[in-house]
Amino acid sequence: MTTLDAHVHDLGMPAPGPIADAVAASGEKTTTLKAKDLKTDQEVRWCPGCGDYVILNAVQSFLPTLGIAREDMVIISGIGCSSRFPYYMNTYGMHSIHGRAPAIATGLAASRPDLSVWVVTGDGDALSIGGNHLIHTLRRNLNLTILLFNNRIYGLTKGQYSPTSEVGKVTKSTPMGSLDHPFNPVSLALGADATFVGRAMDSDRKGLTDVLRQAAEHRGTALVEIYQNCNIFNDGAFELLKDPTTGPMWTIPLEHGKPLVFGPDGASCVVRDDFGGLRIAETNQVDASEIVVHDAQRQDPSYAFALSRLATQDLRYTPMGVFRKVVKPTYERMMADQLTDAADQTPADLDALLTGTDSWTVG
Amino acid sequence: MTGTNPGITTLADDVAPTMDTAAHSSAPGGLVKSVVELDRVVIRLAGDSGDGMQLTGGRFTSETASFGNDLSTLPNFPAEIRAPTGTLPGVSSFQLHFADHDIMTPGDAPDVLVVMNPAALKANLPDLPGGGLIIADSDEFTARNLAKVGYASNPLEDGSLDKWQLVSVPLTAMTLEALADSGLGKKEAERSKNMFTLGLLSWMYHRPTEGTIRFLERQFRRKPQIAAANIAAFRAGYNYGDTTEAFAVSYQVKPAPMAPGRYRHISGNQALAFGLVAAGRRSGLPVFLGAYPITPASDILHELSRHKAFGVRTFQAEDEIAGIGAALGASFGGALGVTTTSGPGVALKAETIGLAVMTELPLVIVDVQRGGPSTGLPTKTEQSDLLQALYGRNGEAPVPVIAPKSPGDCFDAALEAARIALTYRTPVILLSDGYLANGAEPWAIPAEEDLPDLRVEFATAPNGEDGEFLPYLRDPETLARPWAIPGTAGMQHRIGGLEKADRTGNISYDPANHDFMTRTRQAKVDGIAASIPPTDVDDPDGDARVAVIGWGSTYGPIGAACRQIRTSGRSVAQVHLRHLNPLPADLGAVLARYDRVVCPEMNLGQLAMVLRAKYLIDVLSHTQVRGLPFRAAELAGVLQDVIDSTSTPGAVPAGNGAAL
Repeated sequence: MTTLDAHVHDLGMPAPGPIADAVAASGEKTTTLKAKDLKTDQEVRWCPGCGDYVILNAVQSFLPTLGIAREDMVIISGIGCSSRFPYYMNTYGMHSIHGRAPAIATGLAASRPDLSVWVVTGDGDALSIGGNHLIHTLRRNLNLTILLFNNRIYGLTKGQYSPTSEVGKVTKSTPMGSLDHPFNPVSLALGADATFVGRAMDSDRKGLTDVLRQAAEHRGTALVEIYQNCNIFNDGAFELLKDPTTGPMWTIPLEHGKPLVFGPDGASCVVRDDFGGLRIAETNQVDASEIVVHDAQRQDPSYAFALSRLATQDLRYTPMGVFRKVVKPTYERMMADQLTDAADQTPADLDALLTGTDSWTVG
Repeated sequence: MTGTNPGITTLADDVAPTMDTAAHSSAPGGLVKSVVELDRVVIRLAGDSGDGMQLTGGRFTSETASFGNDLSTLPNFPAEIRAPTGTLPGVSSFQLHFADHDIMTPGDAPDVLVVMNPAALKANLPDLPGGGLIIADSDEFTARNLAKVGYASNPLEDGSLDKWQLVSVPLTAMTLEALADSGLGKKEAERSKNMFTLGLLSWMYHRPTEGTIRFLERQFRRKPQIAAANIAAFRAGYNYGDTTEAFAVSYQVKPAPMAPGRYRHISGNQALAFGLVAAGRRSGLPVFLGAYPITPASDILHELSRHKAFGVRTFQAEDEIAGIGAALGASFGGALGVTTTSGPGVALKAETIGLAVMTELPLVIVDVQRGGPSTGLPTKTEQSDLLQALYGRNGEAPVPVIAPKSPGDCFDAALEAARIALTYRTPVILLSDGYLANGAEPWAIPAEEDLPDLRVEFATAPNGEDGEFLPYLRDPETLARPWAIPGTAGMQHRIGGLEKADRTGNISYDPANHDFMTRTRQAKVDGIAASIPPTDVDDPDGDARVAVIGWGSTYGPIGAACRQIRTSGRSVAQVHLRHLNPLPADLGAVLARYDRVVCPEMNLGQLAMVLRAKYLIDVLSHTQVRGLPFRAAELAGVLQDVIDSTSTPGAVPAGNGAAL
């Protein structure tokens, strides 16, 4: 197990050439930012009371602490309410097309390892139309941070069920209840062998910031599922976890190295079941040694997956925090290494390439 | 149109070769063999998909190229990797036309047909004119193989091939005999029969052999036993030709006069990949290819993936959409983003092309066209994506479109696509096709310093009056917007698919702004016409009343047809379009000069429709979608009918596509 690089935010410079020249020509980088430096002059146009406001504020407050210049940050989004995010951030950004943000971010991150690239997406964008790009991006492990705002509904198209909606959801397109079994985004990401997977709640500023920080510090693809309330089309979707009374009963806080004990007075805990999975137990019914100690750094994702399966569709026993955080080589670094190795073996000579090995001279 | 036209008998392309018995040579054993001089030959090699016909053809092409003939090739293979052995669907062929003068097509019909089994004979015999030479591997004409393709009796023995010259050769048995001491098993040894055949053909046509021997040594450097066996089979085939009585004649085709310089032979896909590498060099930008494997474009991905030393990044994406998405993301970061595909892939990429139109970022989209619709004919050629390239997107989404005319021209077309994309900050579609992609020709190797300068300037300082950066404040001449890349301080901005406000690029739903921006995007693409050369017109006699207009790979067959027409004493003008959008500024005036305009296309009249709509000219559309290039003689027949009826006022020529 390697530890995280102490200079994790030092992403290096672009390779020599016109790109590096442009970056150099624009002058000194400022890495001491305040939240207001990340705001744009664009009016924020989410519905009043939307959970997205809380997330935007949390991100704008937390990003300056990373010490990354704002011109080195790029936020790529798809389509949906959450995907308006880049317009409100004074960084580089692209509000792209439905579901394709991970693909676009992949090309950018692969060719510019010197940038901090973020994807902002939603449950429809990332898991329905863009599901394929999401899983492949996760398995490749580029240096990307993906924020998946999950409100369990389609907001921008005015209230159809989404791939995370619970079975039986009555919406405009499912008057008799939806028939689809929902995705659990954390399970899906772990199934794709994502190197970093976390979950946070929009209204939990402290918890959200903590997961975001760990995600940002992770070298590789980080997926953070953020439960986000849509107060227009799916209000109260996460009330069970937000309510001060029920929240502690059904939330399993994840802290690396700490036993998985939760609930009022620590009455509940997580233990291993007989089939390689995990189950909930009453703390006073099991021996302390049986209680699982959370280990986010296990290379094998099976444990983190089992953890993600504890939650029910109606959100009882929902683990919140970092499920998995492991270090693996990143795609863009390996790609850059191949380029360097190739140039070391055979220096680039266009005339030699065009001439090839089988040529002849006339005249 | 029906086959050859009796009115045209000339020495131009695609007419029967002329022969001169030139010399005699004496072979070992006292056998006297004559050498016949030819001005051109068309050979077709046909066999089972597993017989290595493409490799054999490729080697023969290399030998021919290094000998100095002009040449043109037409590989033709099934989409199935290995259809059942010995069946008609499994037949793969390679046609090579080589000559002592410049030629424009792989030949309408073969003069020589080499068949490795009964299926290959059955599939290709209809294309071989009477009197043509058939060389057949008699060992493969077994009862079982004959039955597989419905031959009741053996055509090599029953006299049914009497109208052709037939040479039956036990190629398999002789290969096995030559490799008796090689230590290889029968099955493995048999696989060298294509090299035996290549050796025989190399003798027949006086081809140099060193290149093939070097190639085999290189190809099998980790399997010296296999290398030795293939070289032994190749030599045995050559020596067999030299000593056997079965072949009394060998043929000589002198080198073609070519402009002085250094040459190589090159396929369209290879040239296109080289053009992209060159575009990276000349722009100084890293090339980023996002691609998903698809026939017949995959070889561009393969080729580019070998040139990492040039800073070329290749990304094999999870699908076509991710391929172009990644390329566009790389362009946003300052790379030359490229995606390569075929028609079905373009359909999937349409939405992202629209995003590139809206975000006004450089992007090159290569469409190596194949037969469609849907999966269509993956390994066969067609030109039926023109309208998809021009119009296949939602909204008013103008995209420049260019098309190469020959395999070697794919190099220049790639550079031109990159020039337009980088200069005008726009996606550009490059329409190649299966025929260009896999076909090969001699290519005059350009020097790097002679290639166009594609350097760009990234925006590094604010351009607004109040010190702000305006990402949609345009260059007054090109209407291109500034390209400011992430990492550049003070230039942070957001782009996307929503309509942009002029200058600021902020989201705008203002009706007047949308109207203005839509027209501006169109004007930007239209304005590219100012940077392209006038229409390419070839009218050597200067008095043509009929013009034939084409685009892309039909350049060769149309050119060959025009030569035939001219040698028959008639005049015709050949107009060729490299730029399909925007069209050259003078095209309307050029076409108006002619009484009739004929437009042959490998689709159902797509360019003809555009020309009719744009210039109100009564274009005669001549179309064919057989998955194969036009035959020059057929086209010449069509042109002759039009020319002859044009001289008679009021007459209207008949043709399969007189109207759309």
